[in-house]
Amino acid sequence: MLGDTSSRSRWRRILESRFDREFLQKIQALPTRQNEYGYDPFGFHRDEALVAVFIGHILYHYYFRAEVHGTENVPEGRVLLISNHSGQLPFDGLVIGSAMVFDRDPPRVVRSMIERFVPTLPYVSYVLSRWGQIIGTPENCRRLLCDDEMILVFPEGAAGVSKPFSKRYQLQGFGMGFMRLALETRTPIVPVAVIGAEEQAPAFNLKPLAKLMGLPAFPLMPFPPFFPAIPLPSRYRVYFGEPMRFEGDPDQDDDELAPAVTQVRNTIQSMIHLGLKARKHVFW
Amino acid sequence: MNDPGASRIVITGVAGRLGRLLAKKLHRQGGVEIVGIDRRPFEDKPADLIHARVDLRSKRTRDVFRSRRVSALVHLGLMHDPRLSRRVHHEWNVVGTQHLLEYCQHYKVPKVVVLSSAAVYGPRPENSQFLNEDAPLMAAQDDPGAMTLVEADMLTSSFFWKYSEGETVILRPVHILGQVANAPSNWLRMERVPMLMGFDPMIQVIHEEDVVDAIALALAPGIRGIYNVVGPSEVPLSVLVREARKKPFHIPHFAAPLLSKVFWNLGRAPFRGTELAHLRYVCMVDGSRAREDLGFKALRTIKEAVCAAVEHTAH
Repeated sequence: MLGDTSSRSRWRRILESRFDREFLQKIQALPTRQNEYGYDPFGFHRDEALVAVFIGHILYHYYFRAEVHGTENVPEGRVLLISNHSGQLPFDGLVIGSAMVFDRDPPRVVRSMIERFVPTLPYVSYVLSRWGQIIGTPENCRRLLCDDEMILVFPEGAAGVSKPFSKRYQLQGFGMGFMRLALETRTPIVPVAVIGAEEQAPAFNLKPLAKLMGLPAFPLMPFPPFFPAIPLPSRYRVYFGEPMRFEGDPDQDDDELAPAVTQVRNTIQSMIHLGLKARKHVFW
Repeated sequence: MNDPGASRIVITGVAGRLGRLLAKKLHRQGGVEIVGIDRRPFEDKPADLIHARVDLRSKRTRDVFRSRRVSALVHLGLMHDPRLSRRVHHEWNVVGTQHLLEYCQHYKVPKVVVLSSAAVYGPRPENSQFLNEDAPLMAAQDDPGAMTLVEADMLTSSFFWKYSEGETVILRPVHILGQVANAPSNWLRMERVPMLMGFDPMIQVIHEEDVVDAIALALAPGIRGIYNVVGPSEVPLSVLVREARKKPFHIPHFAAPLLSKVFWNLGRAPFRGTELAHLRYVCMVDGSRAREDLGFKALRTIKEAVCAAVEHTAH
């Protein structure tokens, strides 16, 4: 907790002094459905999210020095951002969120889906919810899309983020859930390709140990600190593709849904290939 | 009082805070004869209210239904008292409710309203932010104390199908605040309000009088089904504590069950510690069905509800 009201406002002043007035005005103008206490129904609080904006600012501009293309492709209203997921630590989500805040005019809040065990963790649980993140249930997504929000989904899930370095930039299997949601709520899908996250933590997977401990993966890196705790400062390149619109019955079988999902997956894969081709160096 | 044309409404648990508020509200509206069932004494009861001082479990409860045609039953008598054993809870909540529903079917009571609670969904980490009426009732999974409340709720929902001639309504209000003696109000009345360190889930609360309004709306003919009843909006727990002008007392979540048990045994805590999950996880509901079908909207603010609980006057 940020403490009582006076220390809260002191923190706020310090944070606000880091940004120019025009940017802060844009943040204040972010469309949310706040109640009289400043909270939206999912626990997002604009003032407390300023901390996330500040952390994002440091990492996005100075650490990962992200280069972003195609933010103009992200429309107003309800949107599903579908991205590749990689790099052991979910900094790709943070960079995509920052891109929508710093490099889109007007800025938008990205609500990404967090794992269902996160609410069991002290501090992390409520801090993430104040920053606008949501538990990844279809019901939550449906509700937010109906309220014209933007949701970030990594359809590869844990299989994508924890894949070994040898499989870098190869998309893993996509879940179907996002397509059902898009069809049901008639939401455009914006494919997103993130280049650079793979190199932040080049790891291999110690499968027997993962199996023993009941974890989806047990990543190890060949250099200290061996565990993927601090990402390497690889340069991020993020590409937002043109919105894709699909129509059909959201309750159809997986087999019938698969071509549409494959179409999104292929689009992201080809955006990754183009991005890798254009990249001159991993770190700058 | 003995106007044969008046409809007769039976209220169980009438001597409780909600029962008294409802009885007064219906009494003011007029045209009804109110029979309250409660084994507790009913101080300053309205003169023409009939108080049947019987135990819900006894056969004498049946006489209330037998003697005259009852037009509605409002069952507010579900009990959740950590001081009493699970056996008593079972007898009261499950067997007692079952008997009441049997009487309603037998004597063809056209309207049955049961006040359950949104807590029957259970606070769990994987909950969606807003649960609708079709969500499974998971409260008993981690809190055996809530078992009989879930059972009573399920009994009533199956009664809904068994007795299709009548109209059955289950109301599941969120945490009720006010002069009621329930867990959330008692929690806010504590000198230092306990919270779990590092957890501050969103929560919904409702003023007791808003709940009474919802019950009165549910008595209208044509209304049947299950309704979540929500307050004005959603806030983190810490905001409630702040509004109550109390200081929170943060306990690490791993030590909380043991500590609350110790404090309970010393008689210093109003909880046994089984409800701790409410301080940790989200258990919020979607009240849109009640808004659309009942036309219900909570009129009291969060601040008013909190103040009513801590017996402050509005600031």
